[in-house]
Amino acid sequence: MDRRDFLKRAILGAALGPGLLRPTIAGTRSRVVVSVGKGRLDEGAVGVLLDRGIEVLFGAKAKDVWQELFGPGDVVGLKVNCLAGRGMSTRKELVGAVARRLISAGVRPEDIVIWDRANADLRKAGYRTNRGGNELQCYGTDEVGYYPALIQHMSVGSLFSRILIEQCTKVINLPVLKDHGICGVTLGMKNFFGAIHNPNKYHDNAGDPYIADLNTLPFIRQKTVLTILDGLLAQYEGGPPYMPQWTWPFGALLLSKDVVALDYTGWQIIEKKRAEKGLPSLREAGREPLYILTAADPQHRLGNADPSLIEVIYV
Amino acid sequence: MLWTRRSFVKVTLSASAATFLPCLVRSYFPRFPREDDPTDESLTEARHYEKLPYKKIRCVLCPRECVVDDQERGYCGVRENRGGKYYTLVYGKPCTWHVDPIEKKPLFHFLPGTKAFSISTVGCNVECHFCQNWQISQIRPEQSTDYIASPLEIARAAYYTGCESIAYTYAEPVIFYEYMYDCAVEGHRRGVRSVMISNGYINPEPMRQLCDVLDAVKIDFKAYTERFYSNVCHGHLRPVLDTLVLLKEIGIWFEMVYLVIPTLNDSPDEIRSMCRWIIEELGPDVPLHFTRFFPQYKLRNLPPTPVKTLERAWKIAKGEGLNFVYIGNVPGHKAESTYCPSCGRRLIYRIGYMTEVEGLRDGRCVYCGREIPGVWK
Repeated sequence: MDRRDFLKRAILGAALGPGLLRPTIAGTRSRVVVSVGKGRLDEGAVGVLLDRGIEVLFGAKAKDVWQELFGPGDVVGLKVNCLAGRGMSTRKELVGAVARRLISAGVRPEDIVIWDRANADLRKAGYRTNRGGNELQCYGTDEVGYYPALIQHMSVGSLFSRILIEQCTKVINLPVLKDHGICGVTLGMKNFFGAIHNPNKYHDNAGDPYIADLNTLPFIRQKTVLTILDGLLAQYEGGPPYMPQWTWPFGALLLSKDVVALDYTGWQIIEKKRAEKGLPSLREAGREPLYILTAADPQHRLGNADPSLIEVIYV
Repeated sequence: MLWTRRSFVKVTLSASAATFLPCLVRSYFPRFPREDDPTDESLTEARHYEKLPYKKIRCVLCPRECVVDDQERGYCGVRENRGGKYYTLVYGKPCTWHVDPIEKKPLFHFLPGTKAFSISTVGCNVECHFCQNWQISQIRPEQSTDYIASPLEIARAAYYTGCESIAYTYAEPVIFYEYMYDCAVEGHRRGVRSVMISNGYINPEPMRQLCDVLDAVKIDFKAYTERFYSNVCHGHLRPVLDTLVLLKEIGIWFEMVYLVIPTLNDSPDEIRSMCRWIIEELGPDVPLHFTRFFPQYKLRNLPPTPVKTLERAWKIAKGEGLNFVYIGNVPGHKAESTYCPSCGRRLIYRIGYMTEVEGLRDGRCVYCGREIPGVWK
C-alpha cells in the first residue's frame, strides 16, 4: 500500500464510518437494495447489478467499498446454496462476479472459499470443486469436516463446519430467493443450516426459533459481512427443490447488511408473487416464516422485520 | 474294527476337525470392511412411505410422518427422497457393532447371561437432550465412515460369536427399519433371535410387521408427560404409549426403561401415575428399570441422579403393585437382581453385567413354583 492508497482508504474509512462492519442493531433503519437487471444475465451483467447494488447500499463507489471491507490476509468464505442442483442454486455468474471483486480488493484467489455442505452438492450445481493450489477454493464441509466440539446455543446444539469456524475470517452469504415447503422461505438466515451437521433436526415449527437462534451465534454474526440474495431466477412455490413451473425470472440481486431486513423483503416478494399466481399466502399454507420475526425480537435483535424500519430501494 | 489306511485318515481328520474347529469358531472375529467413501450412499428403497404429487413423499414409518421434498431428507437424516422415491441411506451400513451381555440392553427377563450381537447405524427420529450416543444418533450417514455388512453377514457374525441374539440398539433402530427387519430374518434362519432397543416412536403398522421377526423389545420410556417429550426429546408421549399397548396386544416380550433425570421427570406423582398406567394397560409383570442419569450431550447442567431418588422411584413402583422393578446404572445395587414376587427369594443374581441364575428353572421360581414371565430358553 503506497501513501496515496493509505490516504484514500483512511479517508474512505472515515467517510463510511466505523460502523461499516458493525452488526446491524434492531431499531435503527435498515436498507435493502434490490438491483434489477434485464435480458441475459451473464457474469458481466451480474457484476454491473452487483456494483450498482453495493454503491446504493453503502453510498460509495463499489471498488472502494470492496477494498474497505476486504483486503490481503482475509480468508473469505462465499456461502452458496447448492441443494437444488443447477436449476435453483446460487448462480455461478454471481459467485464469479463476487470473487473477481474480492481479488481486485487484494484477496488472494486461494483465500476465497466457495463452500456449502458437501462436494457432491457443489458439483450438482455446476461448480468445479477444488482444494489447494493458487486458484479459487471450492469444497464442501465433507472435505474438511466439522469442528469437533458440540456448540450449544439457545435452541441449537450442533457441530459447525470447520470452514466457518476455523478457516474463514469473513463470510459473504449468497443464498437464493426461494420458497421452502416446511419453513416458508429459505433465504439468508436459513442458508447457515448448510454450516451445521444436523439441519434435519431444526425444521420443526417452520424453523422457528431455530433459524433465528442459529444466526445469533457470534461467529455467524461477526464474520458475515454482507448478504447478497440471488434472485436472478426465483421460485415462489414447490421449494426447496427446483420446480421450473413455479419459477420466474426476477432478474435481481438483493443486498443488505441486515440479514433480517433482507429476509423480510424476500419473503414479501415471494408472497406478492404467490398472490399474483392465485396461490394461498404462506400463512394460509401453514408455513409462514415466523422465524424472520423472531430474529427481530428483543431476545435476538438480529435486525429489522418491521417494514416501517426497512428502506427498500429498487435500482 | 479293521483299520485300513482310508479309515485311519478319515478318523484322524474327523478327530482333528472336532478338536480344532471349535477353537476356530471361538476365535472368530467379524471383520466388516469400512466403506471407502462416506458420501457414496447405498440406496435401498424404504418400506413405509406414500408417494405424493410433485415428487413429494410422506414417510409413515414413525409418528412424525415427514413430508419430504425431492432431494430432501426426513427428520431422521437417513432417509432421502430421490425423484419421488424414498430411500434409506443406511441399509447394510452399521456404524458400530459389539458383542454385549444382554443385561446391557437392559433385558433382564430374556435369556439371562447370554450375549447379544449389537449393531446400530447413525440417525434417530427424536433428539433427546440427554442422549448418551449423540455422536452417532444425531449425525447423518455422510458424516460417518461406516462398516459394510449385509444382513446375512450380521447373522453369521452373531452365530459365530456365540450370540443368542442380535440387538438393534445404541441409536434408534426404527430409522434403520429395513436393515433390522432383514437381519432378523437372516438371524432366525440360523437360530439367532432378535431384540429391538427402541424409543417406541414408531407407527403401529410398521411395528406390527416388525414383531413378526422380533423376539423381544425394550422401550426407553422417557417420561410420563407430554411436556417432557416435546421439550426434551422433540417427540410426543401418545405414540409411545400406543406402541406399548400394541406390544402387549401382540404378546411379544418387552421391558421398559425409565431414565430418571433430576428435576425433569423424577417427581413422585409422575412416577406413581406412570406405574398406575402400566398396571392398568400393560399388567404388573412388565419389568421396569429405573436407570441413573449422567450428564450428557445438551443436558450437562444437571447432576447425576442420586441413588436415593432411584430408590424412591423403586419403592413407588413396588408399592403400586409392579412385580419386577429394577435399578440400573448403579452396579452392585441389590435392585439389579430378580426376586420372586411371591416368596421374595432371589432368582437371578446380578452385579453389573455379571449374572448368575440361582433360583429359576423352566421359567418358575424353584422355591415356590411361581411362574416368572420372560423368555428363558
